[in-house]
Amino acid sequence: MKNGPLAILFHTMVLAFMLAPLVVICLVAFTPTNTLQIPWGTYSLRWFSAVFEHSDLLQSFWNSLVLAGLAATISVVMTVPAAIAITRYNFAGKQLVQGLLMSPLIVPHLVLGVAMLRLFTLIGAKGSAEWLTLAHVIIVTPYALRLMITALVGAEQNVEQAAASLGANRWVVFRRITLPLMLPGIAGGWILAFINSFDEVTMSIFITSPQTITLPVRMYMLATESIDPMMAAVSALIIALTAVTMFALDRLYGLDKVLVGQK
Amino acid sequence: MISNTRTPYFLSAPALGLFGLMVLFPFLLTFLLSFQRFDHQVGIVPGYTLDVYKHILNDSFYWEVFGRTAWVSLSTTLLCVLIGAPEAYVLSRMRAPWRSFFLVIILSPLLISVVVRAFGWSLVLGPAGLLNSFLQSIGLDRVRILYTPTAVVIALVHVMLPFMVIPVWTSLQKLDPQIENAALSLGASKFQVWWRVVLPQITPGLLSGALIVFALSASAFAIPGLVGGRRVKMVATLIYDEYLHELNWPLGAAIALILLLVNLLVMYVTQKMMEGRYARRMGS
Repeated sequence: MKNGPLAILFHTMVLAFMLAPLVVICLVAFTPTNTLQIPWGTYSLRWFSAVFEHSDLLQSFWNSLVLAGLAATISVVMTVPAAIAITRYNFAGKQLVQGLLMSPLIVPHLVLGVAMLRLFTLIGAKGSAEWLTLAHVIIVTPYALRLMITALVGAEQNVEQAAASLGANRWVVFRRITLPLMLPGIAGGWILAFINSFDEVTMSIFITSPQTITLPVRMYMLATESIDPMMAAVSALIIALTAVTMFALDRLYGLDKVLVGQK
Repeated sequence: MISNTRTPYFLSAPALGLFGLMVLFPFLLTFLLSFQRFDHQVGIVPGYTLDVYKHILNDSFYWEVFGRTAWVSLSTTLLCVLIGAPEAYVLSRMRAPWRSFFLVIILSPLLISVVVRAFGWSLVLGPAGLLNSFLQSIGLDRVRILYTPTAVVIALVHVMLPFMVIPVWTSLQKLDPQIENAALSLGASKFQVWWRVVLPQITPGLLSGALIVFALSASAFAIPGLVGGRRVKMVATLIYDEYLHELNWPLGAAIALILLLVNLLVMYVTQKMMEGRYARRMGS
């Protein structure tokens, strides 16, 4: 079936709407002036070099990178056994366990943020990078868990039973059969967890300190305080970085699968 | 499936422990906090009262903020339905390479930080932004749109559209194109096919998309913060101010819990409505 001209026109307008802010950012980033304007004719890289001279900004970029890597890894390690429990066992309270682990998708990040802030002040963990990492583990776990459950449900359980009946003990079954079957889910889950941690702003704004501040929080502060084209340059860099990540993801998995999720 | 008494608990213990410590416990603390009172001299006053909730219910300012948030979220949801559903349909009718290419373009903003997207909209809608340059170039007056609820709705639609396209797209994938062809061959107009054949089948996807969009819009923080500014106060930015500027944590906690409660209630009611619908459909 083909789309009529009206459908194509509509589609073009939606595309323009979706891409407009991103394109404008990338254009403004090359302005030679001090104002946030689209440059006509003359371009300059001065705001990009300003980004690399802004040590606070670079620091928060590294903070975010390390935080996202750690949070995604801890979350995956913790979620693998939980996903096996949910997909391979019958037990009382299974729905509750799954509901609790998926709850960060339903509870607004803002509410999680204020709850964490209360906990952190009470136990004296305000400004601690370790506790911030654990908080990020919480918000990225649903993404990791969902992909792992999908991978485990899709995998042949007969193979595991066959291995067990041939005398493999539970560890060997896990190590040689279940884990390899889960690997696509683990890798996809890790990547989604990483991206979601790296982009998180709403919860983090409550619980970061000047030392642990993440890139999105720093950018939020910059965007409310200044009208400097440097913000456009940082944003353009993030867009470029995301585009590269997306290209890699697409080559590895097919991006539409990662974004839509397997059925 | 293995029925075993201890192993599954043992396997999920690390995750459960962390979620207990960092989700359930902090919620209990916040719940208790909302029943305390804040004094500018002494800070949080010991003892539990309903003062904060009474204060919120009796002050029209809070009603106004909640009303604005509901209105902005509903407009966003409606626009996402009106744009997202047809777009998903158009995408599903495209040919192979273009289909996934455009789907990825529509969904890719999901991966870009919401702060970047909010900043992008402030560039488009600002006084000297793209929109005003365009209006001037065709001889129209400038519009003041940044820092108004309209700007918040526009930026929210941009952020939420993927959440609408995904479920509708998924339900369209399950659709059998032969049914559409059958309807056409039996003399139905294109509009009739859409209205009577396609739409009923994608309604579940449409509803779950609308639910996600509404819930996420109602609690969105970065978009109203950056595109709405101080003038367009929404629930999320209000909570932020109470916590980090006014330092009135009990008040902030109470508003946050009301937000959570309303969100959960909307989800529950929608879920029940959908279940009821299906029960009727299946003829039970």
